[in-house]
Amino acid sequence: MSTQEISLEKLRVRQPRFEGIESGHRACLGCGEALAARLVTEAAGPDVMIANATGCLEIFTTPWPESAWRLPWMHSLFENTGAIAAGMESALKAQGKPTKVLAFGGDGGTFDIGFQALSGMLERGHNVLYVCFDNEAYMNTGIQRSSSTPHAAMTTTSPPGSERMGKRHLKKDILSIVASHHIPYAATSSVAYPSDIRKKVRRAIAIEGPTFMQIHCPCPLGWGHEGAHSIEVARLAVQTGLFPVIELERRELIGSMPIREPRPVTEYLAMQQRFRHLFAKNDSRAVEELAHIQALADHNIKHFNLRGEGADALDSEGADTVRRGGMRRS
Amino acid sequence: MIEVRIHGRGGQGNVVAAYVLATAAFTEGWHAQAFPAFGAERRGAPVVAFVRLNDKPIRRRCQVAKPDYLIIQDEALLQVPGLIDGLKPDGSVLLNSNKEPGAFAGLMPNNIVTLPATQLALQHLGRPVPNTALLSAFLKLTGLMPTAALGRALEQRFKGAILEKNIALIEAAGDSIDAGAWQEVANA
Amino acid sequence: MLKALEGSQAIAETVMLCRPQVVAAYPITPQTHIVENIAKLVANGRMNCEFVSVESEFSAASLVLGAASAGSRCYTASASQGILLMSEVLYNIAGLRVPMVMTCANRAISAPLSIWNDQQDSMAVRDAGWIQLYCADNQEAVDTTIQAYRISEKTELPVMVCVDGFTLTHTLEPIDIPDQDMVDAFLPPFNFARALNPRNPISVGTLVSPDFYPEARHSHHHALLDAITDIVAADADWQELSGRSAGGLLAADGPDDARIGILTLGSIYGTLSAARDEYTDLPSTRLIRLRAYRPFPADALRRACEGLTDLIVLERALSPGYGGIVAAEVHSALAAMDSTPRIHSFAVGLGGRDIPLELYRKLHDTISSGEVAPFSIIDVDLDKLPMEDRGLGRAVNG
Repeated sequence: MSTQEISLEKLRVRQPRFEGIESGHRACLGCGEALAARLVTEAAGPDVMIANATGCLEIFTTPWPESAWRLPWMHSLFENTGAIAAGMESALKAQGKPTKVLAFGGDGGTFDIGFQALSGMLERGHNVLYVCFDNEAYMNTGIQRSSSTPHAAMTTTSPPGSERMGKRHLKKDILSIVASHHIPYAATSSVAYPSDIRKKVRRAIAIEGPTFMQIHCPCPLGWGHEGAHSIEVARLAVQTGLFPVIELERRELIGSMPIREPRPVTEYLAMQQRFRHLFAKNDSRAVEELAHIQALADHNIKHFNLRGEGADALDSEGADTVRRGGMRRS
Repeated sequence: MIEVRIHGRGGQGNVVAAYVLATAAFTEGWHAQAFPAFGAERRGAPVVAFVRLNDKPIRRRCQVAKPDYLIIQDEALLQVPGLIDGLKPDGSVLLNSNKEPGAFAGLMPNNIVTLPATQLALQHLGRPVPNTALLSAFLKLTGLMPTAALGRALEQRFKGAILEKNIALIEAAGDSIDAGAWQEVANA
Repeated sequence: MLKALEGSQAIAETVMLCRPQVVAAYPITPQTHIVENIAKLVANGRMNCEFVSVESEFSAASLVLGAASAGSRCYTASASQGILLMSEVLYNIAGLRVPMVMTCANRAISAPLSIWNDQQDSMAVRDAGWIQLYCADNQEAVDTTIQAYRISEKTELPVMVCVDGFTLTHTLEPIDIPDQDMVDAFLPPFNFARALNPRNPISVGTLVSPDFYPEARHSHHHALLDAITDIVAADADWQELSGRSAGGLLAADGPDDARIGILTLGSIYGTLSAARDEYTDLPSTRLIRLRAYRPFPADALRRACEGLTDLIVLERALSPGYGGIVAAEVHSALAAMDSTPRIHSFAVGLGGRDIPLELYRKLHDTISSGEVAPFSIIDVDLDKLPMEDRGLGRAVNG
């Protein structure tokens, strides 16, 4: 076996990473979901089996006769991912194999059509990590609203108009629902914090039993921003308090990413075309909705105790990193 | 019957181009048909759309295998094998490119016209969506219908500032074109 | 008013004209533009209805069942996987004899996964007890949707309007959208006698023992057969009002001396019709397009096939391990004729494979020997398959 000397400075760059997903897939430029899937599979390693719901991820990674997956992977239908995963897990258990089952679904396949199967899988305690890639709408079919779509967001089935200001209903709190199944670990994360994703995946996989992750993934096409701004948008979602990054163990809040300087929601919303009706001039409804959304953010910050204090040596917010790199203002 | 195939990349308004062209023709009394061929398209992926124009109702719904015209919204697509397949021997190509047609002479024996549509779009719309500029040039080249028909079709889809900018764009694009250069073939 | 519209948009505007009070929507390609257009009409105040974005197709069908049962005219649309997911509810709606209309944007069924057009989805639920009407173009889709509400509410049978996905839904062409007055004159207000009502309470959906189940199913079956009269009447009345027929039970056209017929459902008719005009060297051909598939118009079909020596049944689906679905039913219907044509059964355009004009010639060439070959998928390209998958050299008709 040959060895190679690598300096400490270069070590972080040179360290080998497991690539569960190959490049060359057909995702859009700046796709948050593609990045999240790469990070999850990197952290999970090769001894896994994947059940994947219908959606963007499945479509852009497997245009027959090509596949981007270097892992055993199956797509069945839209609504049954939890059940497929439960079946895989049951078989592997019967065979005495340690291979971990991962279930992948978008928000549509998790919050809505796949909800029943997910609930069953969680309730029966299957040893599966379910990852929801949350881009807040049915993106694969052309940007229709799901129950994960945030309040007031524009989608093709929740368009603003004289009678409406985007989606009427609130974003479903899937994490609480999932946690109510008494599962050992449920967490949110965001593509703006790749190390956080990897850390949480490793944590979840090490647990014997059902675990769940909801990863916030910007969709440039569906949210209406440049692909180059995906990370910035994702970070603002966290820093406004609109997407809390938290961890629950059997419903107890055991960890959260602190926000040291909460950003006003308008900074986040203004970057996305799907909220542009909230900035319409002379529309009192828009003013009202902006206040609504700010109240939602404020509530999250209070409820999950997200307000951080002082400097953090680990710079977990990443805000300084962005400033060093230069924040885009256009 | 005139058959047009429009090649583009997802995000360039390829399907809208086909719909707008057909709508413009309809306002001029043509029978028109437009439809896309969908892949699992994502932004940037190659997409194709078809347009048929006729003086009688159009009944066939197959994809256009032998187009009279190709409109190519992105030069990079010339690398896709089979892109120009089926183009009629006397068919013509309108290509979105900053280069002169001579640069493409080796690729195909047909009549090629280039238009810097992306540049024009950036100038007038601030976004690199080349479709309306190319349609305007197409109408000027073929003499099939006046630019005003295109304007009417755009009015059905856009309003306010976006519409105004597109109208300015199609005027500019049309002006830069040799009117009627393809008229003989169009009238055949 | 004649406008250049995408099929989906025309259907959405037509649904608006029919004044449903409740619309349930779950997105699935290629139906999405229909529900998106309806969402826009609602958001802009042009359409006054409860627009509910449900969490699955199973819920979409369930929601409209609840809505119709509570006395509202309603609408939903789906395709492919969605039709299958809601299939349990479809049987339930029909068995409960609840009137409603839905659009099926015909699309192939997984696996293999496909978003493209064929008719496996509606064929899969042909026994659910719904009326099924197939549209050859977008004008028929508009006119049939309007007629569907009248037929459904008169017969108390739900109606599935089948519109080829992408091929029709995403095609822009000139379509005449009737004005509101015409539709109001044609469609009476929703009036469902067995709607749930506190003032006259009934129980719906009870357990039925073997003592009465056959009778209920007999009644259902005959209601569907009797609906033939209403389908014919609705089209005749609509023709009087609008000047247009949407195809009645079926439509046959071609030279009187034609001895060869081609029977199809849906949009493939247009391409065959254009091909017939192009290929003037080929024998005279009668094109029969079936609009009503359920109830199955056996009498009308027999009349339409008079004088034919050969009938090609060209379908957009199959029953794997058997062959042509429509062909089997056509066989059965035509067996009662004094002189039955040879029936040739093919499937074509599965999974959205493009159907070229040249198919017309290929069909004629294939049947020219006078033999009746076993069912085949006529546009399959065996070279794409490994040798052992080509299905050749194996015993058939086992």
